[in-house]
Amino acid sequence: MSNVLDLVTMGGLVLASFLTLLCGYRVIRGPTVPDRVVALDTIATNVVAIAILFAISTGESLYITVALVLAIIGFISTVTVAKYVVEGDIIQ
Amino acid sequence: MTPTELLTAGLVVVGSFFLLVGTVGLLRLPDVYNRMHATSKATTLGAASMFLAGYVRFGPGNMGLPSLVGIVFLFLTAPTGAHMISRSAHKMGIDFYGSATWPAEDDEE
Repeated sequence: MSNVLDLVTMGGLVLASFLTLLCGYRVIRGPTVPDRVVALDTIATNVVAIAILFAISTGESLYITVALVLAIIGFISTVTVAKYVVEGDIIQ
Repeated sequence: MTPTELLTAGLVVVGSFFLLVGTVGLLRLPDVYNRMHATSKATTLGAASMFLAGYVRFGPGNMGLPSLVGIVFLFLTAPTGAHMISRSAHKMGIDFYGSATWPAEDDEE
């Protein structure tokens, strides 16, 4: 692990965490419910990027699998909420 | 500074740039459809670039294959989720920003 790669991944971690906090603004102040769902989907994608950056930064390659599982959970939650806010029911 | 580390750093920089573009689009664009357009393209591309950086960093033997599976998964599921959200927004009756309308509005229902 060289110095430049360490610096770049640390900068990427700080930037992705800050962007996740900024998405929280749209979750709180979003005018409609689909705005909040879009913001939560963006938060899920940013958390996936944070997990990959953590894996690159520390060399723990298991966190790539953690990122994959987080992506699956984000997709399922997005589809579930998008169905729930319209029909009020998920499994009918 | 090996070429592998240089390529990893470059992919991380590209992914951070696309995540920044997607989040700025989420915060600044005026409509739920425009916001969804920005996030579903740019943020997916940023996360895919991060996955590619992980593939370059860990190599094809150790943890490279889950990274490629993650890229395929993101490119399959992000348009699906955006489509579900836009369809539910349409069913909730949220209009477009400005003078845009849905295509073939008269033919529906």
